Amino acid sequence: MDLQRKLEILADAAKYDASCASSGARRRDSWRDGGIGSAGGAGICHSYAPDGRCISLLKILLTNVCLYDCHYCVNRRSSDVPRARFTVEEAVSLTLAFYKRNLVEGLFLSSGIVRNADYTMEQVVRVARELRERHGFLGYIHLKTIPEASPSLVEEAGRHADRISLNIELPREESLRRLAPEKSLRRAEAAMDGIRRRIDEAKAMRSERRGRLSKRGPEIYATGQSTQMIVGADDSDDAAFLRRADGLYRRQGLRRVYYSAFSPIPSSSSLLPSQAPPLLREHRLYQADWLLRFYGFEVGELTPESGADTGRLDLAIDPKLAWALRHREVFPIDLNRAPRERLLRVPGLGVRNVERLLSSRRLSRIRLADLVRLRVALDKCLPFVIVADHHPARHGLDGERLRERFLPPAEQLEFAFGTEMSSSTARREPTGRARRDP
Amino acid sequence: MKTVHVQACYEDWRERARECLRAGLPPWDLLWSDAPAGEEELFGTAKAAEAIAPCQASEFLIPRAFLELAERVACHRTPERWALLYRMLWRLSRGGERRLLSAATDPDVIRARRLAKEVGRDVHKMRAFVRFRKTGGNPVSGRERFVAWFEPAHRIVRLNAPFFRDRFAGMDWSILTPRECAHWDGERLHFTPGMPRSAAPDGDALDELWRTYYRSIFNPARLKLGAMRAEMPVKYWRNLPEAPLVAELTASASRRTAGMIDRPPLPPEVGQGNAYLERLARLNAKEAKGGEG
Repeated sequence: MDLQRKLEILADAAKYDASCASSGARRRDSWRDGGIGSAGGAGICHSYAPDGRCISLLKILLTNVCLYDCHYCVNRRSSDVPRARFTVEEAVSLTLAFYKRNLVEGLFLSSGIVRNADYTMEQVVRVARELRERHGFLGYIHLKTIPEASPSLVEEAGRHADRISLNIELPREESLRRLAPEKSLRRAEAAMDGIRRRIDEAKAMRSERRGRLSKRGPEIYATGQSTQMIVGADDSDDAAFLRRADGLYRRQGLRRVYYSAFSPIPSSSSLLPSQAPPLLREHRLYQADWLLRFYGFEVGELTPESGADTGRLDLAIDPKLAWALRHREVFPIDLNRAPRERLLRVPGLGVRNVERLLSSRRLSRIRLADLVRLRVALDKCLPFVIVADHHPARHGLDGERLRERFLPPAEQLEFAFGTEMSSSTARREPTGRARRDP
Repeated sequence: MKTVHVQACYEDWRERARECLRAGLPPWDLLWSDAPAGEEELFGTAKAAEAIAPCQASEFLIPRAFLELAERVACHRTPERWALLYRMLWRLSRGGERRLLSAATDPDVIRARRLAKEVGRDVHKMRAFVRFRKTGGNPVSGRERFVAWFEPAHRIVRLNAPFFRDRFAGMDWSILTPRECAHWDGERLHFTPGMPRSAAPDGDALDELWRTYYRSIFNPARLKLGAMRAEMPVKYWRNLPEAPLVAELTASASRRTAGMIDRPPLPPEVGQGNAYLERLARLNAKEAKGGEG
């Protein structure tokens, strides 16, 4: 099989992993350190596919042969996709060739499970080792680890990689048992605990040594870990996803949780519905995730706690607006007086504009014209705020029909469900842009 | 009214602005413009008759944040940039508005931040969309040689060149653009005047592998062309080897997705006598008995 055909199969096999970050690495570059490449700045997306996802890394599987039978996965043993396998040398030279042409920030390497966890992990680690040690590659490397792999292999993976990850895939153990019988949430979280300890330890050593890093010392270790959950493959509600994510952020210190709408695959399993991916739900989960991480929301506040929609995000409006509509007693908020944590709760105000308002109001009172100049989403914001020359009509906030004002026109909503988010929803804060770490 | 000509770069504006500030020339008495190519600077003759009392520029402590902002704004191609920057400089110093940059809703501050952001975006897109093509190697040094063509929206080649030096220090490269070209030979960065597109190679042997990758990483079941165009504006497409694939991938997406949905699903398959799978099964059974984690 020629290289082109292998690349076709093994990139196709890797595309259901949404992780794309290439930021947050240790700073280094070939001008100061020798070798090839640089990392540590903002992530760069070198291209975009028509699915709207960025291409920042060469994302491949080393092999898509797999022992496991995870029903959501195109590479499970019962699937009939064509199989291929890169040699270590092929994966290495492809990475370097793409990198030197400025096509990618580095490599994202995963693999089907062949023989056993350790054998598979060893192959993955070999690619990273060759790149780092033989070719002096300083670009970004993201490695997938396997919870059952032995600690020494995970340790070596972490020393070569900038990001390591393992996907928990589904938010609840019972779903995993049904759809991914080989996997275990408990083992995944235990492995993440170990990785977290190592990340923290290396970070502490780096800040102690500051500037005098050796190339091989124990302070050289991945700077973050992430995971992915598939949305719409099981019957878990949004609250289940968000609770799991919140736990992972708190306990395992994850940098990112990716949400990937379950997507039809070329050879689907009889255990799963084959239907259009729930893209809007995925988008709302990202927005809610942003509220958890940057807006000071508690996980319990994000979805209704009672009523018909318990545990579910409102698909028609963003989760911050939905929260505001459920908690009208908190509003209106005075933008000239309220503290930061209150401003962050105002629909239509993003983190950056909150900072600008705080800094600006020390010099002069905030007026409507200021909000216009900052390009705040006024239609969302005005019913909830007081500024020097604006007070929302009381009956406006209490009205039964307030929510309806925020609904997109019917035909636009259909459009959003079927194909893509309208650019106005996609651009507003908080965005669910999956491609970048803050 | 005096006219100050600037040689289209931040350093030159800084010199001119310093002279004007020292001479006490208020922004409403000055016109700023880009020096026509090759013309001598005209400032020397602009003696300030009606100037406000001259003073030493060193009396003014200009915040570092403003100088960093100005360096970016200076790369913008809009002709208003020099006047805007000088007005802000004046307000910061002679105008007594030392905390101007904290006035996040001030029109000048917003305008300058917006221009800087546009330049920043262009810088970022250049880092993303420069495509090096291999043109051979240096037989003496043994170093590989690469050439790229790029069309930036603003004058960012000098601002951005160090990024490419840091990343690709081990290869010889040139980035050609219509206005200015940057070159790295392993020792130093240098710059030459702009070149036509025809001076750069059109592709190399790897383009086809890259297109294969692009085709395969695309998921036809989630077409989101708006999101793609927002991040990869069409103006960049003509220099991207993968861009011609967008039309065909988009056109076939719904047919491919329907094909996947219509295909009869496959039943699960029992794992065949593998010691590792048996071990996992035992572990999972034990965990299940122990209750939820």
